[in-house]
Amino acid sequence: MPNSRDPDVFRRDLLVSAAASAAVMTAPSLAGAQQAGSAVPAMKVSFTVNGKTRDLQVDTRTTLLDALRESLHLVGTKKGCDHGQCGACTVIVDGRRINSCLTLAVMHQGGSITTVEGLGTPDKLHPMQAAFVKHDGYQCGYCTPGQICSAVAVLGEIEAGIPSHVSTDLNVKPQATAAEFRERMSGNICRCGAYSNIVEAITEVAGRKA
Amino acid sequence: MKSFTYERARQPAEAAAAAARTQGAKFIAGGTNLLDLMKLEIETPTHLIDVNGLAFDKIEPTPDGGLRIGALVRNTDLAADARVRRDYAVLSRALLAGASGQLRNKATTAGNLLQRTRCPYFYDTNQPCNKRQPGSGCSAIGGINRQQAVVGASDACIATHPSDMAVAMRALDATVETVRPDGGARQIPIAEFHRLPGDTPNVETALDPGELITAVTLPPPLGGKHLYYKVRDRASYAFALISVGAIVQPDGSGRVALGGVASKPWRIEAAEAELPRGAEAVTAKLLADAKPTSQNDFKLPLVKRTLAAVLAEARG
Repeated sequence: MPNSRDPDVFRRDLLVSAAASAAVMTAPSLAGAQQAGSAVPAMKVSFTVNGKTRDLQVDTRTTLLDALRESLHLVGTKKGCDHGQCGACTVIVDGRRINSCLTLAVMHQGGSITTVEGLGTPDKLHPMQAAFVKHDGYQCGYCTPGQICSAVAVLGEIEAGIPSHVSTDLNVKPQATAAEFRERMSGNICRCGAYSNIVEAITEVAGRKA
Repeated sequence: MKSFTYERARQPAEAAAAAARTQGAKFIAGGTNLLDLMKLEIETPTHLIDVNGLAFDKIEPTPDGGLRIGALVRNTDLAADARVRRDYAVLSRALLAGASGQLRNKATTAGNLLQRTRCPYFYDTNQPCNKRQPGSGCSAIGGINRQQAVVGASDACIATHPSDMAVAMRALDATVETVRPDGGARQIPIAEFHRLPGDTPNVETALDPGELITAVTLPPPLGGKHLYYKVRDRASYAFALISVGAIVQPDGSGRVALGGVASKPWRIEAAEAELPRGAEAVTAKLLADAKPTSQNDFKLPLVKRTLAAVLAEARG
């Protein structure tokens, strides 16, 4: 019995259930459609995810998002638009929040990646995770991991003095205000519209830090 | 996405030479625009040269008192640099008006200049587009063109350049520095960097094949008030309908560049002589040759009113 967590087997099962062609099944791809039998450039890459070193062999097309979800089974990070517009895939790489859908896994050799799974655990939530629960900062929850990774990084950016579009004076340290949170979180879309509760959650964590 | 081979560049001239001799090669830095377009198979490189390892990530003073911004400096870092915030605030403001925090953390100075248009027909591979597929026609002319250019366009293309940063760079008269495949260096004034579409809208910049941007330099600080007003459909994270970048001196003289109206940042130095006479006079000269469509003719009064607001704030 193959391990059901094996990515190829997992994908194959999905593809079979979707009545995929035999040609696709013989060449499972993490990065989208490809021709059966064509040589697919693959590369080794090694980076740290949530403190653990991970060594992967990936099709060069594999985004960091697909590597996290499909190869490493860290499915907390979500694929929304896959084009950098929705923010569901936000992770923290080398201390900065980025869209993991718009970067290639092979571009992160030696990098350090934190996903929502690395922020807290069900038994020991990160303060931002706890605040989202307390303030009901979600409905369906699909955008939530990206919102939380983004929100954690936003507080770091304000702390580091990085200005935003709504900072009135560029030469004064930005403040942790609701207006700043709204502007800085604009790359994270919530289709359920939990925005006001998300702002409350971030505000509480910012207050706790101050 | 089409498959591609991948290498990490170790040396700038080597990277330029590799790009020039490898059919289908492209540089990748932030990747925020290129990968988006590769997923849609609008860009189909067969080889990617990752330039992130090149040491172009610093902002350094130049001997004449300006700043040299490495090609790989991320938009976040450029906007937050204390010297840029103090002496080139129009640049910080323009950067902060663009994209999202996540994208600015990745997007680079050079990549921002090189980003492609967001014309919906460029993105829709089922539609003709002279920029994407030369000779196929322009779907925006006669199509949905509310966002498109009002000046400098051609019968082949009415796309706009989407960058906010480039508008500020044009107001500041920045210079783009490159390394060529033969190892030689070149300096390109920002005014000559982006091209008007003419009958070859697929050729967007003055760069030669393989030529790699290494830095963008700013002249010594100009003083004055630095302002960047961007008008868009949402309060945040949207491309400009129009934008106005301005540097206004205490005597009322200054510089004005527009975004969202053309295939390049739009600045006409002669129009700036009209600044003492106000926004209407400046706009009349800036957009004298405008040929708007019935959907985007709102951009002309919008430029005038936004410039008036900018000048009012500059006067304090």
